[in-house]
Amino acid sequence: MNRIQEKLQENKKLLSIYFTAGYPTIEDTAPIIEALENNGVDMVEIGLPFSDPLADGPTIQASSTQALKNGMTTHKLFEQLEGIREKISIPLIIMGYFNPVLQYGVENFCKKCQEIGIDGLILPDLPLAEYQEHYQAIFEKHGVAIIFLITPQTSDARIRELDAASTGFIYMVSRASVTGSQKGFGEEQTNYFNRIAAMELKNPQIIGFGINNKETFQTATRRAKGAIIGSAFIKMITEQGIAGIPRFVKSIR
Amino acid sequence: MYNVNEKGYYGKFGGAYIPEMLYPNVEELRQNYLKIMAETAFQKEFQQLLKEYVGRPTPLYFAKRFSEKYKTKIYLKREDLCHTGAHKVNNTIGQILMAKRLGKNRIIAETGAGQHGVATATVCALMGLECIVYMGAIDIERQAPNVARMKMLGATVVPATSGSKTLKDATNEAIRDWINNPTNTHYIIGSVVGPHPYPDMVARFQSVISEEIKTQLQEKENRDAPDYVVACVGGGSNAAGAYYHYLDNPDVGIIAVEAAGKGVDSGESAATSALGKPGIIHGSKTLLMQTADGQITEPHSISAGLDYPGVGPMHAHLYASGRGEFISVTDAAAMQAGLQLCKLEGIIPAIETSHALAIFETRKFKSEAIVVINLSGRGDKDLSTYIDYFNL
Ligand SMILES: Cc1ncc(COP(=O)(O)O)c(C=O)c1O
Repeated sequence: MNRIQEKLQENKKLLSIYFTAGYPTIEDTAPIIEALENNGVDMVEIGLPFSDPLADGPTIQASSTQALKNGMTTHKLFEQLEGIREKISIPLIIMGYFNPVLQYGVENFCKKCQEIGIDGLILPDLPLAEYQEHYQAIFEKHGVAIIFLITPQTSDARIRELDAASTGFIYMVSRASVTGSQKGFGEEQTNYFNRIAAMELKNPQIIGFGINNKETFQTATRRAKGAIIGSAFIKMITEQGIAGIPRFVKSIR
Repeated sequence: MYNVNEKGYYGKFGGAYIPEMLYPNVEELRQNYLKIMAETAFQKEFQQLLKEYVGRPTPLYFAKRFSEKYKTKIYLKREDLCHTGAHKVNNTIGQILMAKRLGKNRIIAETGAGQHGVATATVCALMGLECIVYMGAIDIERQAPNVARMKMLGATVVPATSGSKTLKDATNEAIRDWINNPTNTHYIIGSVVGPHPYPDMVARFQSVISEEIKTQLQEKENRDAPDYVVACVGGGSNAAGAYYHYLDNPDVGIIAVEAAGKGVDSGESAATSALGKPGIIHGSKTLLMQTADGQITEPHSISAGLDYPGVGPMHAHLYASGRGEFISVTDAAAMQAGLQLCKLEGIIPAIETSHALAIFETRKFKSEAIVVINLSGRGDKDLSTYIDYFNL
C-alpha cells in the first residue's frame, strides 16, 4: 500500500494544500512542505509551474509566473525535493500541466518521482485515453499514482471510467470554473456532492477548487473524504509568508 | 494521408489535451460536427451566406505586373475581398451555424489581428447572439481600427494582460472563459488550432478557398491544379483552406510562410517550424516554440495574426512529413513586399499576407510555373503600422 492509500484509510477528513513550487521565493519549496506537515496538513500538492496555466485563475497564474521568474524548472524542483523523505511522511503529489512532463520525458519523470518518493501525479490536461494508450504502463512500473478530475458536468459513464483508471483518489472539481472561485457553494454543489457520494466509487473523493475557508472546507468534506485548498493558501503565503501557515491551518479546522 | 484520422491526429500531431472541465463541450462538438455539416439544410444556409453575405466566390486574379517582376505566373486568391476583409469569416459563418444547431446562445472568441474578432462579432450581430472577444492588450493597441469595429458590431472586447499580451494569451483567456461557462457557450476558435475537432472543422470551413481555386484555374488555365500554393501561416487557417483540395496531389507544391520576426535566430521570432519542437499548446500536440523545460516561449512578429508560438497540427504534420516547404520571412522583408504589392497591383495587403508575398525575393520559380498565393486579407487594419514603418 502506498502513502496515499494509507492516508486515505485514516478515520478523518483530509486537508490537502496546493502550492506553487518556487514561490514566493525559489528556496521556499521544501520549507513550505515541512511547515505544512508540522502543522497537521494531511497531503500536499506541489504545483509545477507552467507558463500557460489554462485551468487556473489569476492567483495561481501569478504565482506560476513569479516562480518561473524566480528560476524554477523541473530539474530544480527535483533537486529541491531530493532527500525530502528523510523529513516528510505525508503523501506528496505533483500537480502540473502535461507539457513540462512531456519535455522531461514521461518515463524519466515517473522514475524520478519514484526515487524521491513522490506518490502521485495530477495532470489536468493529460486526457484519459492518451494516458491509457501511452503512459499507464510507465506509471504502474514506477508505482506512481494517477489522479483524474471530474466536474459537475462529467457524465456518470465517464466518471466510472475515470474512477477505474485513477489509482489514488478522484479529484472532484467543485464547480465549472478555473481555480480561485470565490462564489461559495450552493445547491448545485450539494446536489453534485450527493450524486457522487451515491455512486459509491472505487476511489475516495477529494474536492478542490473554491475551497477557501472553514465553511467551504466543512461543506465539501460532509460527503467527500477530504478537500484541497489552493488559491486561498497562495494568497495567504503571498501576504504572510511561511510564518502564516500555523494560523492558516488552524483557521480551517 | 494529410487529413485528420479518426483519433483526431495528423500523423503524430493533434489530439485533444484538454482539462476535464472542457471535455463535455469538446466531446459534444466532436460527436456532432460532421453530422451537422453533412445536413442539407446546413449546407444550404452555409453556401447561401458565403455567396450573398460574404461575397463568394472571391476572384482568382492574375497579377500581371507582379508576375513580370518575378518572371513566373502568379495568381492572387482574393480573400481580402471577403466581407470584413479576410478569410476568417468563412470559418465564423460555419461555426455560428454550428453553434446555433448545438443550442448555444453565447459566443466567445480569441483574436490576434482582430480579423477573427471582427468576423465573429459580425456573425453574432447577424444571428443576434452575445459575443465576447478576448484580445491581447498589445494587439488592442496595434490593431485599433478592428477593436472599434468589434465594438460597433456589439461585441465586448476583453483585454488579455498576461504573458506577452498577444494571441497566445488571448486564447488562454478564451479557454478559461469556456471552462467557466460550460453549458451555454460556444468557443469560435479562429484558426486550425486547439483540441480535435477544431483543426479539422475549421479546415473544412476554409476549404472553400481551394475548392474555388480549382474551378477558377480550370477556366483560366485549363487545369485545376497550380504548381504551387503559397500561404502565410499563423495558426494556419487560410493556408489549410488554400491547400485543402491539393493535399493529396503530389504535383502541387505546398509552401507555408511563417513570420521570422527580427530574424529566426534573433530571439524575437514566430517561425515555429524552425524553432519549435513537439509539445502541447491550447489542447493540441503540435510544433511549439518552448524552452527545454517545456515552458512556452513568447513569440514576436510585426504582424499580430502571425504572432503565435505554435502552428495547427495539420501544418506540423506537413512540415514533419516533408509534404510542405516552410519558408520564414522577416518583419522587414514582409513590410517591403506589402508596399510593393500596393505599387505593382494597387492592392494593400494585410501584413500577415505580406509575408507570403515576400518569398519571391529569395525563392525562385520557373517562368512557366503557376503559383497561387492566398491573399488572406486586406491591409486597412494595418495602416498605422505601415504609416509608422514607412513614415508615410
Ligand atoms: C489577413 C490574415 N491572414 C492570416 C492570418 C493568420 O491566421 P491563419 O494562419 O489562421 O490564416 C490572419 C490572422 O489574424 C489574418 O488576419
